[in-house]
Amino acid sequence: MKAEGFWEKTVHHVTEALERALVAEGLASRPGLLQGLDPRAKVLTFLLLMVSVALLHSLPLLVAFAFLPLVLSLLSRISPAFFLKRVGLFIPLFTGLIALPALFTTPGRPMFSLWEGLAITEQGLRAASTLVLRSWDSLSLAVLLVLTTRWDHLLRSLRVLMVPRAFVLVLQMTHRYIYIFLRSINAMFLARKSRTVGPRPAGENRRFLASSMATLLARSHHMSQEVYLAMLSRGFRGDVMTIEDFALRRRDALWAGLAGFLAAAAIIADRLLT
Amino acid sequence: MHIPDGYLSPATCAVFYGAALPFWAVAGRKIGAVMKARMVPLIALFSAFAFALQMFNVPLPGGTTGHAVGGTLLALVVGPWGAVVGLSVVFLLQALFFGDGGITAYGANVFNMAIVLPLAGYAAYRYLITLFPGRQAIAAAIASYFAINLAALFLALELGLQPLLFHAADGTPLYAPYALKIAIPAVMVPHLLVAGPIEALVTGMVVAFLLRTKMPLGVMPEPKPLRLRWLWAGLGVVALLTPIGLLASGTAWAEWGREDLQSMLGFVPQGLEKLGGIWRAPLPDYSFPGLGPVSGYIVSALVAIGAFALISFLVLRLSRRKG
Repeated sequence: MKAEGFWEKTVHHVTEALERALVAEGLASRPGLLQGLDPRAKVLTFLLLMVSVALLHSLPLLVAFAFLPLVLSLLSRISPAFFLKRVGLFIPLFTGLIALPALFTTPGRPMFSLWEGLAITEQGLRAASTLVLRSWDSLSLAVLLVLTTRWDHLLRSLRVLMVPRAFVLVLQMTHRYIYIFLRSINAMFLARKSRTVGPRPAGENRRFLASSMATLLARSHHMSQEVYLAMLSRGFRGDVMTIEDFALRRRDALWAGLAGFLAAAAIIADRLLT
Repeated sequence: MHIPDGYLSPATCAVFYGAALPFWAVAGRKIGAVMKARMVPLIALFSAFAFALQMFNVPLPGGTTGHAVGGTLLALVVGPWGAVVGLSVVFLLQALFFGDGGITAYGANVFNMAIVLPLAGYAAYRYLITLFPGRQAIAAAIASYFAINLAALFLALELGLQPLLFHAADGTPLYAPYALKIAIPAVMVPHLLVAGPIEALVTGMVVAFLLRTKMPLGVMPEPKPLRLRWLWAGLGVVALLTPIGLLASGTAWAEWGREDLQSMLGFVPQGLEKLGGIWRAPLPDYSFPGLGPVSGYIVSALVAIGAFALISFLVLRLSRRKG
């Protein structure tokens, strides 16, 4: 298992990415509070909330902000357990590990000493918890946005941030072809695996990897030419157009007002508290 | 190598969004001039490829596995500016949908991995191909190793500057908590030992495979050899910009503590004193909490630049002797 781990790891990664997309698509098409909002309003307000999280210094406010996405996910009919799992898998594993040594390395007043010269400092504890909370808050906002918005809508609504049309079109096409490539990676790996008996020498594995990467590269080039011809035959002349049929309604204005109020209140409260 | 949200201060994020903008503008114009209408499907498909490439787990001797970024590879196939746009697309999709890298930190991630990495890899390849004529795979492998480590150095500097620039009154770091003396080794050692070799392996082997099978990938003309003096000029500009970048990212925030400002002002006289030995520091007994990291920053930047310059110089000397 260990020598051949990269087979399983690759197939696992790819399948996970595909599954993630499917589940998110399903949740985003359910009726719910956030699903019913205009994606442009959501992109702007979530960005505003993320920036305000980044500006906060006070720990109690950062804790309070962790509950906001949870409440919103409940109102959007996403099970809190599922939501917490999505956010929580990443934070303890990655940021938690990264933040841990900061308890000791940050210079400051020692709180309790574990070993000679090795003490948890007050500043270290605050720094580590700020980092973990802040990344939890930002990530849960990002996860909530992605779970409640259809991905093609989300990409299209980037126009509101003055992202050029051509870039939005490239994003949409890339997004589309990522899944095709992911499927072909899985097919290549499963085909190879099903014809392989026992462990193979590392050099052979690496050659297989290099050749499948290069094949994928050549295929992407070939496919881009075909796509271009298909676009030409449908009348593409280099002017990029995107569908922009979103309409703002009263609830979008209400939501934007609420989010703006929350962000402003949090920042003002933070300045008063610290 | 993806920075998540919460590790960089909003000011740092804004600075890197700002730093990425001119590169995006140039890239848009350059690839538009070369490919015009073909650009959209081409960039889209190669971005999808770059995304897929990062899904491959590559085993290293010794049992560790990891994935490549593929920045140098992409720069060699679609040109440096095509790679800038393609990788920016990849990192945006990763940040939005796959939880890889933050949304506020997107500018910084783009700067490290979609700008520094492909441009440095491409430039290094153009230079290395003059040392190893006809050995494209070797030149590509070394160039990608250099480029990913340069990108990692930028990452380490960005993270390591956070506690120095953004901390509470009692010294509590507000964002990434590790100073440069921890951040640089913590980031650089894994990149020099694991991520770098994986990148070099993947880049070298894929380039070798493409050459061997003569796959038609004439998207961009074969990179021309780079004149050495351009490399030195580039290095000089980067060296000059290092301390300016330190000051600029601080003043942009405009929330300097008194100590920080003093330590900034105190820096130049200190350096002069060491250089000349004639001049006395105006505040001899003042111990600045910020000074260590600031001078650490400058020193580490100088050491890195010096090391890269020395390596290039030695390689060049050796190759000339052989020739």
